[in-house]
Formats: sequence, structure tokens, C-alpha cells
Amino acid sequence: MAKVTMTVNGKTVSKEVAGNALMTDFLRDGLRLTGTHVGCDTSQCGACVIHVNGEAVKACTMFAAEADGAEVKTIEGMANADGSLGVIQQAFQDHHGLQCGFCTPGMVMSAAALLKDNPKPTEAEVRDYLEGNICRCTGYHNIVKAIMAASGQDVTPVAAE
Amino acid sequence: MPKDHGIGASQKRREDVRFLTGAGQYTDDINVHGQAYVYFLRSDVAHGKINKIDTAAAAAMPGVERIFTGADFEGVGGLPCGWQVTDKHGNPMKEPAHPVLAQGKVRHVGDPIAAVVADSLEEARNAAEAIELDIDELPAVVDMKAAVQPGATKVHDDLDDNLCYDWGFVEANKAATEEAFKNAAHVTTLELVNQRMVANPMEPRVAVGDYNRANDESTLYTTSQNPHVIRLLMGAFVLGIPEHKLRVVAPDVGGGFGTKIFHYAEEAFCTFAARALNRPVKWTSSRSEAFMSDAHGRDHVTRIELALDADNNFTAVRTETYANMGAYLSTFAPSVPTWLHGTLMAGNYKTPLVYVNVKAVFTNTVPVDAYRGAGRPEATFQLERVIDKAARELGVDPIALRRQNFITEFPYQTPVAVVYDTGDYVATMDKMEEMIDVAGFPARRAESEKNGKLRGLGVNCFIEACGIAPSNLVGQLGARAGLYDAATVRVNATGTISVMVGAHSHGQGHETAFPQVVAEMLGIDESMIDIVHGDSSKIPFGMGTYGSRSIAVCGSAMVRATEKIINKAKKIASHLLEASEADVELKDGQFTVAGTDKSVAWGDVTLAAYVPHNYPLEEIEPGLEETAFYDPSNFTYPAGAYACEVEVDPDTGKVTIERFVSADDFGNIINPMIVEGQVHGGIAQGIGQALLENCAYDENGQLLSASYMDYAMPRADNLPHLANYRVDHSCQTPCTHNPLGVKGCGEAGAIGSPPTVINAVVDALQSGGYKVDHVDMPATPARVWAAMQG
Repeated sequence: MAKVTMTVNGKTVSKEVAGNALMTDFLRDGLRLTGTHVGCDTSQCGACVIHVNGEAVKACTMFAAEADGAEVKTIEGMANADGSLGVIQQAFQDHHGLQCGFCTPGMVMSAAALLKDNPKPTEAEVRDYLEGNICRCTGYHNIVKAIMAASGQDVTPVAAE
Repeated sequence: MPKDHGIGASQKRREDVRFLTGAGQYTDDINVHGQAYVYFLRSDVAHGKINKIDTAAAAAMPGVERIFTGADFEGVGGLPCGWQVTDKHGNPMKEPAHPVLAQGKVRHVGDPIAAVVADSLEEARNAAEAIELDIDELPAVVDMKAAVQPGATKVHDDLDDNLCYDWGFVEANKAATEEAFKNAAHVTTLELVNQRMVANPMEPRVAVGDYNRANDESTLYTTSQNPHVIRLLMGAFVLGIPEHKLRVVAPDVGGGFGTKIFHYAEEAFCTFAARALNRPVKWTSSRSEAFMSDAHGRDHVTRIELALDADNNFTAVRTETYANMGAYLSTFAPSVPTWLHGTLMAGNYKTPLVYVNVKAVFTNTVPVDAYRGAGRPEATFQLERVIDKAARELGVDPIALRRQNFITEFPYQTPVAVVYDTGDYVATMDKMEEMIDVAGFPARRAESEKNGKLRGLGVNCFIEACGIAPSNLVGQLGARAGLYDAATVRVNATGTISVMVGAHSHGQGHETAFPQVVAEMLGIDESMIDIVHGDSSKIPFGMGTYGSRSIAVCGSAMVRATEKIINKAKKIASHLLEASEADVELKDGQFTVAGTDKSVAWGDVTLAAYVPHNYPLEEIEPGLEETAFYDPSNFTYPAGAYACEVEVDPDTGKVTIERFVSADDFGNIINPMIVEGQVHGGIAQGIGQALLENCAYDENGQLLSASYMDYAMPRADNLPHLANYRVDHSCQTPCTHNPLGVKGCGEAGAIGSPPTVINAVVDALQSGGYKVDHVDMPATPARVWAAMQG
């Protein structure tokens, strides 16, 4: 066991963790932040994407001990200070970019990382970036649309189906 | 101006807020104080005789509570099958035992042998490695046609052979169908495979069993599409727990697509073990485990023949299908290749004679059951592929050939038992042609060819039977359950409403769409109405969500219950207004005496119901809560026409979807935004089947595609771009036999799209001079390239 200290969604947390505890376990079981989901065991699905020091990371690929001293953000930290949905979250609701909601936290976290580095991505860039996030419900159509809209691009021509 | 309230409004989904903020409550998010964890030791061979399971060393490992094996379940019922098919000779299907944990033999990779319950998952997993297994590996049967040869290895020693049933439908049409083929001017024949698929909802299955010895009650939290069905099957048939002592909760469920309908061994185990140990027991499937324990889908091998007369009218269809059941019968498996498949073989066409033969076969593979569309994609794929091939052989336009044979008058009695109540296949075909721009295709093909690519246009029509189903009919067909649904509308004193529904939402947006219906009927705001679902202790009863049935069946129950509410509320209002009940009208949440300005508000009436100081107590009871059960009188028949354009790279065989359009007729629509989302998702799964996904076994029954590294799930860049993709539902012929005129939309995309894509691929290859009349799914670059080489 080792003691780790990190900032999670702006709050400092300190906990004893086993050396082999994954970040997903630490967040879900240790901190009860169950918005980070586990959809596979081969780091393919992306339901567990979080931000560590501002970078998108699949939490299932990281030991909790590796996050010692880091600044961590999860889906629970993505809303505005007043509790309202953030821009990306709101775009997902506006454009029906989610159905069962299971892949959604990872999608939102990936989208946020994409838009930080590439504020006006093309559609092809959005689709390419989502290579590591699998959704089985939406066919990605409305996810792509939501991310384009969240970047301030007009998707109304294609929204008029 | 689009509506923003009530039926027809694209209201944003209220459930999204919790999903977008990480506040959803999925089954794995539920932890019960003091819970233990179970790890299942599963067979790594496809077929084997268990000589010995020595758990002594493992049981002494740290943290181990207890290790269970098949011996602990000898007195417990096996997993039941919910549908008994009768074969063409009138005999019942073979129905082998399906133990919770293997007894004597293992029959597929993933078959659970032992269950280790420990304080932590890690301790359970470590102990499982210490279990000493002595298993003699036996030859496995994987290929269906080999499995039914005389002398083939038997999956179940107590059965005569591996043939579950040999079903003929309609047996009375067989001779006339043969005759029609003899007299045909042209016969087109096609052999094809509808490959094995894995549903892959993104949330793996989870079960948490809990037991309260104070009142002898068991609770199962589970990732299910139908908690009451699980309560019924597990309580009555497996564990012998009476319903009033068994609560089944399916909270937020992360997708289902059919594979979360069924009752699984892990659910029964966790419930059983929690009672045996007086301790909560939790199981969370890994994705690898899901691949070898979730029921798979499809897996048909078919030969279809289409007979035409000299004028190109369809005169008969004849099919022979081998349908894989896997090693055991999953809950609804026998119904999928029969009643959900043979009954759709008329398609959208007035073919007078149809004969369908299905041989269901046991093999040493994971059980196969319903996956999005369930039987209807298989029917559509073979019919629409053989029609396309016939058009090519006859040198006629595939659209014209379809149009010529369309059913145009309704109701229409098909030769395969079902009666289509309504439809307009010409309208959806017109809409599809307009959207895909058939006239512009030659120019687009020329452009592709300039870039060294082959371009193909594929079209497809489909019909499905949804809104499952009339109970008396399905009872005659072998269903061991009724298929009605139920709803309770509970109006509170302040006028707010909880609607308890038997349908279960695992992505479909019921929490948003269902209130739109009640709000429309009562003239109040949706924000006053909440939907409660997924907990057998809170809802009256319900058969759950599958087969595009939620709004058509459960929605109808909700309408009936709301009508009862309105009737009673009008009685209360007429008392308050001192008017005749016949004169009281409900509009915009106000009860008004017709022709006067006398009115009382919705809230006044609901308050009077619960504070009955001025109330007709001698005539009606206080309170305002009504329940309705609704049993449909027919299936519903959504239908549509799809088209797609693909490019094939002749150097590599790679196929890309360049344009895709769907024109669906779902009857009336409650929330267009949600409907379009359902179609997008269905089409993505259909494109996945057509181009990417394949659940593969080797000849020894080893599962080759058991992770996302081997099983190709569609990614965002496999699907058509926004500007080249349209889904339309403007053609609407309302269902004639349910109160909302709705048909259901959940499966259409998965049914309509696979043949659309393959028709386009074949068209592209033919345009390049390649004599290819079929490519099996998935049309991977390797397969397409091989087909091009002849």
C-alpha cells in the first residue's frame, strides 16, 4: 500500500492505495466517482477517459499510484460552477449525442481534450479522434454533430433531417 | 412550426443530465454493505468431460468465503427456455438441461464450471487459479451442417442427435410451392451466411444478489431489459423463490440490443449464493467474459430460391436455413429463426407462396438468441439479396422489380400467417429515391471511377413485425409467457404524476417520450410527470423492452390507464362544477363545462381526490391512481426503403460508405429526435454487420474474436459523413389497432441496412466487370478482394 495525494475535480484527496490499484478502481471504489465507466479490459472502449494534468487518459491504463501529485478531472467535474451543463455536455444533450449513457463520460472527456488542442476540428478530425471511444447506441452521428456544435461550428444544415 | 410539447415534439431528453454529469446509477455502481465478489471459473475447452474438480486448496486461500460447483446446484432447476417450437412432424423441440454451473460436461468455451466467492474480486480470482480441474477434452462440433451428420459428436449425450428441431412453415403450402417452382419462368438461387454477431452493449453485464433473512426476501440488481421476466423465470423455474419474496431491479442499463433480455446463470447464481451465504454477492463481467457468456446473435446458413413468372412477378419463395442454437437453449432462442423469421419471408411483396424450412442445431458454441432485429434481419437479408440477384439475372432495374411486386392494398393477409394492417411501400420507395438522388448516381459513379474507385448503388426494402405480441397467438406458437404490458398512472394530490411502466429504458429515452404522451392527453406540462421503471417492487408488471415494443405495447397500456384517470377526474370535476359529467371537457389542464366559462383546474381536481371534503364519496372512491394491462391484437409492421452508395478500392477490396439514406414508416411518432437516434444506432449496427463484425470460432470451438482487439466494432470513422446521411420518417401510415397509431422504431436500422450495403458492394463490383453475385458478411477488404479474384 502507498499513500497518494492528488487533486480530483478541484478537491485534494489523500488515500492509501494498493500498488496494483487502477485509476478506475481508485475513482469508482475509493472516491465513489462512478461516472468513470469500465466497458472493456483491453483499453479499447474509452468509457473510462479522464483528464490527468490536462491530458486525456484511459483510466484503466494507469495505476492510481502514478497519479500521485496530479491534477485529475472526471466527468463529475465537467459541469459549470452553478451546476448547469458545460458547453460540451449541453451540446450532447441538444444534439441527442447519447442514448444509454454508458460511453458518454468518456466521449465528453475525449471531446474536451480534442477541442482544447484543436478548437475548430473538421468532421474528419473529430471522427479520427474518436478512434479510441466506442459507442454502440448512437452510430456516432449525433456525437460528431454535438462535438462540431460545441466547437462553435454550425451544424444546422445537417441537423435538418 | 414544430411542436415543443406533447406528441410529436423533439423534446431534449431529461435523463441526459444525469448521464452527462456522471450521476447515472448503473448496476456496477451499486454496492451493498458487506458484499462478497464472485469470479466464475469458465471452461477453456469447447467440449469436455469433467472428471474431477478439486477445490480444497483453493477454498483455503485468503479471503475465500465459499466455492460452488455444479454439485451445489443438483437440486436446483436449470435455466428455462421460454419458447417451445413444434417441429414439422408435430413433435416438440429437443430441450436439453441448462445447468447454472456445469454438471458432468462442459459444452462451450466460457461454460461456467465453478464460482469462487471471496471478500475481494482479486482474492476470488486468485483462488480460482488454484482449483484443480481434471477435464477430458472431447471432439467439438462447430459447423452446423457437420453437426447434423449421422455419427456426429453429440453436444448433449441424452439427446438422439444435435438437431433441436426441423421446422416447416407453412407446411400446408409446401406442395403448392414445389409446384410453383416447377412452373416458374425463372428461378434465382442464392446461398448465404448471416454471420454470428455479438451484441456488445457498452455496459458489460452485472448481477448483485442480496438476501434479507428478516423477511426472507431476495433482491437481485441486474443489467436486464425486463426485470419482471427475470423474476418470473428465476423465481419460478430456477430457484423456487415465490414472486412476493423476490425483487428484481434493473436500474440504469447501458444498452441491451437483445442480449440483456435473457435470464443468465450469473443472475441465478448471485441470488442463490446470497441466500446460501447470508451475504450480498456481486458479479461484474469483464468484456472478455462477455464475449463468451452473453448470448450471441444471428448465425444462420441459408439457401433461398425465388420463382418468377414470365412477367417477373414473384410466384414463390423457398428457403432452407440452418440456425445455430449454440450449446444450450437461451431464453427465447427457438423463436428467433422460426416465428420471428419465417413469418417475415413475404417481405413487402405479394408473393403468393412461401415455404420456409429451418433446422435448429446444437453446437459447442455460446448460446445464440435475439440480437437487434432477431430473425427479421436474417429474413430481410436473404429475401432482398435474392431479389437483387434476380434483377441482375433478368436484366431489369432492381427498384422496378421491387415496385412491380409490392403489396399495395391493406390489410394484407400474407401466406406466412401474419396480416399487415397498414403500410405504403410505394411512398417510402419514392422518398428513398428522392433522397439518394438516383438520377445523379451515374455522375457520381463516373467521378469515383476517375479516382480509380468502383461505385455501387444498393437499395433495399424491409418489413418487420414489432409490438410483440398478441398473447393468445404467441401462446399457440409456443411462447410460455404472455406478451402484454402494463402501466400504473399515479396522480398525486398536487397534480404531479408518477407513471410506473413495465417497459424498461436502456437508451431509448422513455423517461422523456412517455411523459409527452400523458402530457398531451391531460394538457399539462411534461415536467409534472415522471416515469418509474426497472424495479419489480415499484411497477405493476411488465414484459420489458425488446422487439420495438415499448411504445406500441406499454405505451398503449399507459394510454388506457390515463384514459381511466381522465374518466374518474371528470366525475370529480363534474361534482365540483355541479354539472353533468357528459358536459365536462378537459383541455389544457382545465375541466370546463361545455359552453360556459365555469372551470376547475387539474390541480383542484387532484387535490379533491385526496382531500375529499367536497367529493361524491357515495359514487367513487377517493384517490386518483389507475392501472391498465394492454394485450395487442396484432403485431405492428414498420417498413421502409433504404439506399446506400459505396466505393470499393479495386486494389485492396476496401469498402467505404459514401452515402446512406433511410425512408422509414413508423406510423405516428412521439419524439422525432429520439426516433432518428434509434435509426442511426440501428444502421450503425447494420453497417457493422455488413462490413466489420464477425464472431469467429476455429474448428475446435475456440472463440477467436473475444475482445475488442479481434471483434471489429464500428468506430466513428467507419460511418457515413453527416452531409451524406439522411434518415427520414415522414411517410407515416398509422398502426390501425393501437391507440397511438405507433409501430416502433428500435430495430429498423439493423434490419434494413445490411442488405443495402451488400447490394451496393455487388453493384460496385459488377460495374468493374467482376462477375460477383454475392459477398458474405462482413465484406472485409480480404473477402471483397478474394471475390474479385474469382
